[in-house]
Amino acid sequence: MNVRSAETAVEGGSRLAKGEGPPTRNGRQPLFSVQDLEVAYERTTVVFGVSLEVPTHGLVCLMGRNGVGKSTVLSAIMGLLPIRAGRIVLDGLDMTDLPPYKRVRAGLAYVPQQRLGFPYLTVHENLVAVLEASRHRDPAAIDEALDIFPRLKPLLSRPAGFLSGGQQQQLAIARALVTRPRLLLLDEPTEGIQPSIILEIEDAIEKLHAERGMSILLVEQYVEFALRLADSYVVLDAGEVAAAGDTAELDEARVRRLLSV
Amino acid sequence: MEIFVSQVLAGLGVASVLLLIALGLTFTFGQMNVINMAHGEFIMAGAYTTYVLQGLLGASLVGLSFLISLPVAFMVGGVLGLILERTLIRHLYGRPLDTLLVTWGVGLMLQQLARDVFGAANVQVKTPAWLDGGLTVAGVTMPWNRLFIILLVTAAVVAIWAFVNKLPNGRQMRAVMQNRPLASASGIATGRVDRRTFMIGSGLGGVAGVAITLLGSIGPTLGTSYIIDAFLVVVVGGLGQVRGAVLAAVALGLLNAFVEYASEASIAKALLLVAIVAFLQFRPQGLFVRRTRAVA
Repeated sequence: MNVRSAETAVEGGSRLAKGEGPPTRNGRQPLFSVQDLEVAYERTTVVFGVSLEVPTHGLVCLMGRNGVGKSTVLSAIMGLLPIRAGRIVLDGLDMTDLPPYKRVRAGLAYVPQQRLGFPYLTVHENLVAVLEASRHRDPAAIDEALDIFPRLKPLLSRPAGFLSGGQQQQLAIARALVTRPRLLLLDEPTEGIQPSIILEIEDAIEKLHAERGMSILLVEQYVEFALRLADSYVVLDAGEVAAAGDTAELDEARVRRLLSV
Repeated sequence: MEIFVSQVLAGLGVASVLLLIALGLTFTFGQMNVINMAHGEFIMAGAYTTYVLQGLLGASLVGLSFLISLPVAFMVGGVLGLILERTLIRHLYGRPLDTLLVTWGVGLMLQQLARDVFGAANVQVKTPAWLDGGLTVAGVTMPWNRLFIILLVTAAVVAIWAFVNKLPNGRQMRAVMQNRPLASASGIATGRVDRRTFMIGSGLGGVAGVAITLLGSIGPTLGTSYIIDAFLVVVVGGLGQVRGAVLAAVALGLLNAFVEYASEASIAKALLLVAIVAFLQFRPQGLFVRRTRAVA
């Protein structure tokens, strides 16, 4: 499964002119960018002007303490929360005003923190339902996803609601992969999972990134995880970007201070 | 024995009509949690569709017009449901009381519209000749029209089961009803699924209306006499559960027939309601409930 570089025009999204998007630090256009994002729950603003970008084949880790707005940013990127200001661009396509399902068809895939999928559909139906709604509808995408998580193969006929937490998380990621996304959004995929499965999930993310070249925006709380996997990082504090940069240049002491309770 | 068989057949006859109506509600109420009080008027629209088609095709083609009525009434009910969903209900998702009041108002308007167009008096729809008479088993005669309704509801149950479990649209419908935000964030166009679900549920109401024309005359308030019982079937069966609706309809139909035989119609109705209230005290989720690790 290769990350597609072909254009995917989506009805309703507007394509930006060349150079209109923000350049990355190395001068290239990023695959994905969020610019000056503001999100509010009714009158209370919780995300203040957050900007971030994910380069092609990049893995960016979004970190921060509980409640600083990480999941809110991801939900807003997917269109599940209305935004007050800002712009969301995937490969030149402004998707700020697109409904969530069109963002998926444009190439986003989202694995939410609340991992209970479609609990009364079987594991196979969970994958098929998403495949049938995808742009490509290629059944081979299910096998590709199951190759990443072979533990799911003997469970295909089981209702998803009967899986363990770790299995449900694997299914959640597999379900996202079935759409063959250009950018995978993962919201704390290892939270509350038993250690042996955490390792499997970490390996899967590493494989997706390193071997398949998938671009990933990952929300995580653990610095070790970010150091091991991510190319770059963004730390949120009280709804604002408090630190960002390449992982190789990460000021570990400062980041740990920002993440400590 | 003869009386027993007779009451069983009568109970199954009631059950089949209830089930045919409840199947539509299984979609709109069971899957979407929309209490559509205008569903009874979709049934009425289906019944009048049969009446109109019979008038258009003439007395010599009663059988043909009746058969044509089934898909046409499905479309009439479906389109009415689609219009209702698009114009009103989609703005009221998550507001059940508002939905109930609004759809009740729409139901009253549709009844008045039927009065204006067809008159306040009931009208008779001719039964096709091939549904005259009946089948005699163990000395008891079951009318062909009742058997036809049982056959129709059986076909409807099979078709719905296949749609929900085997077709992509059915899978997407279940996905949306189980986890709407995730379905949307997985690429499923939830608005389109809502429209389709509501249209199918309403269309089934139209088909039920065609079946009811076999049982007697039809009028503007035809649907209201069936709709509460049909809601009871859905609640007792378990929301969104087709097998639950089948079992509940048969149980309520038989209970009604036997109690009615032992007493009278009004007492049977009252006892039925008492039995349902008692049942729901012990099992508020209905006969069938879906379980997961999270909601065990």
